[in-house]
Amino acid sequence: MSGRDEILDRVRRSQPAPLPLPTVPTFDAQSPTSIDAFRASLARMGGKFIEAPADGDLDAQVRTLFPDAKVICSATPEVKGNRRIETVRAPQELDDVDVGVVRALFGVAETGSLWLSEAQFKVNALGFLAQHLVALLDPGAIVANMHRAYRHPGFAEAKYAVFMTGPSATADIEGVLIHGAQGIRTLTVIPVPA
Amino acid sequence: MKRIDHAEASSKFIRAKDHVEFHDKRLWDLRQKRDRASESLPEWEELRLIASTIKEHTLTHLADYLEQFERQALANGAHVHWAKDAAEHNQIVLDILNAHGARTLVKAKSMLTDECDMRPFLENRGIEIMETDLGERIQQLDNEPPSHIVVPAVHKLRTDVARVFAQTIGTDPKNSDVHYLAESQRQHTRPYFLKADAGMTGANFAVAETGAVVVCTNEGNADLSVNLPKLYIASIGIEKVIPRTEHLGVFVRMLSRSALGSPITQLTSHFRCPRPGTEMHIVLVDNGRSERLGMADFWYSLKCIRCGACMNTCPVYRRSGGLSYGATYSGPIGVIIDPTFNLRKYSALPFASTLNGSCTSVCPVRINIHEQIYKWRQVISERNQLPMIKKEAMQIAGKVLSKPLLFRAAVDAAGAGVERLPRFMMYNRLNAWGRQREVPQAPPLTFRQWYLKHRAKPRSKR
Repeated sequence: MSGRDEILDRVRRSQPAPLPLPTVPTFDAQSPTSIDAFRASLARMGGKFIEAPADGDLDAQVRTLFPDAKVICSATPEVKGNRRIETVRAPQELDDVDVGVVRALFGVAETGSLWLSEAQFKVNALGFLAQHLVALLDPGAIVANMHRAYRHPGFAEAKYAVFMTGPSATADIEGVLIHGAQGIRTLTVIPVPA
Repeated sequence: MKRIDHAEASSKFIRAKDHVEFHDKRLWDLRQKRDRASESLPEWEELRLIASTIKEHTLTHLADYLEQFERQALANGAHVHWAKDAAEHNQIVLDILNAHGARTLVKAKSMLTDECDMRPFLENRGIEIMETDLGERIQQLDNEPPSHIVVPAVHKLRTDVARVFAQTIGTDPKNSDVHYLAESQRQHTRPYFLKADAGMTGANFAVAETGAVVVCTNEGNADLSVNLPKLYIASIGIEKVIPRTEHLGVFVRMLSRSALGSPITQLTSHFRCPRPGTEMHIVLVDNGRSERLGMADFWYSLKCIRCGACMNTCPVYRRSGGLSYGATYSGPIGVIIDPTFNLRKYSALPFASTLNGSCTSVCPVRINIHEQIYKWRQVISERNQLPMIKKEAMQIAGKVLSKPLLFRAAVDAAGAGVERLPRFMMYNRLNAWGRQREVPQAPPLTFRQWYLKHRAKPRSKR
């Protein structure tokens, strides 16, 4: 018998009497679905929320937000940046990126999370090797809570998917909160209709 | 194998007064944050029940779900391996690395790889391993196992970290600023992400419906470990499987709220398929889990989602430190898991509890932890694993408590003893209780004396 079959056989012999699978409600009544709720949750997790400029010039806005940035790498057509993600061959090339720009597919009001996959990042490492990340979010694309989020059709397609909630963080030394652990140092969300 | 002496090991931790005070305060703070987070959800108790029921359903159908998970993972283009025990797991990982000529491994935190003692095994065979979680890295550099399953270096103060980093990665030994230390580790680790041949993670959940490996982290290190190298290995305990994606909604809502009091981890990552041109390997590990599944009283411990809430709330854990348990899993959850690995070695651990039940009431998947602790005590005493002093004391207590006259005589004698006996007779190695504290002054009257005086007046006099 192979190791696999041996393990499965032992598991089968050990399993207690079968118990039923419950249905999972979506708890909609408890969860407001609004950009304001999203914004408050995002702030709690250390993310920034900034309105788009009246003239719609997102490139200028990103440059103003990060005046020292040398490399702005964009994965979304609304922002040009000075490096297109389509030109990147290996993820390691993103090592020098100061600001990454991406569009999230949807947001979660309960937690302030953004949903991103390989379809949005093009190169997944953009969301982690860049020092800062700017994410565009359609204010209409907000789901109430994590129950709704996990029922989103995006999961059917995604080879890789991540709920990103604020910047990377750690509190491993004496509980002192540090933003910018191994991944991005800041996350800025700009509401822009898709 | 030598029995772990939890009381002796914790006395070492207790001697470092600054450490134990901070440790207690920090973990109690996490417990209070957990309370606020759970109280903010009106459906919290309903979620706990659903989470527990999903886990119980899955565990009672585990073989089918494991097969479904394997089928989906293979269809996604991943490779699936099965490991009966720690040795098989480590050999499988080594073989995968060797087949790719991989020498450098960047690794996210995984309790399972600690359970398997994987790091020394691979390091002795020429693999360079970089732990990329800050707490786990501190522990790796200090040659210590993690002391907590969520915050591995919680028993250390910033000055300890400054000392470890100064000796190993060349930071300024006088600078114990937390921002400086964290930034130093970031700078030190980053080149490894870029050059590593392979990346590795554990798993919080494995979804049978899709074959996805789900990893909840805060630092971004897991996503860097997986999304840069050409080879990704995920080690998963077989009890981590859940049926469907929608079930993640329940567990993800509870995990970080229970662990740290935040509504979600900064990153909740779902690795389903390898990136084009790369390979993804999944190692499903048994290592005693199938046996535990067959233990009528103890299989519920397999529901655990490793949030650490039971540790943060435990008065014994907070004041003894995780390392005193001498096991990969410490605190209340460790106390009920560890004896399944080695009953003799871990036979003292179920006594490291006051049976107050707080662990059970904070557990997001409703594991009856304190009841299992009590049951382990019974198993240990039946299998003759009690230390001599405890056994003798229990036998004497059993005799005394079963005979009222003997009991009353003993209470009187003890009361007199506290007042009159010289210290060396009161505080010696037979009195474990008196080692760290003074025996309190006995009240002027025993309860029985008080009762006879105040209440036992004949009713007829009224």
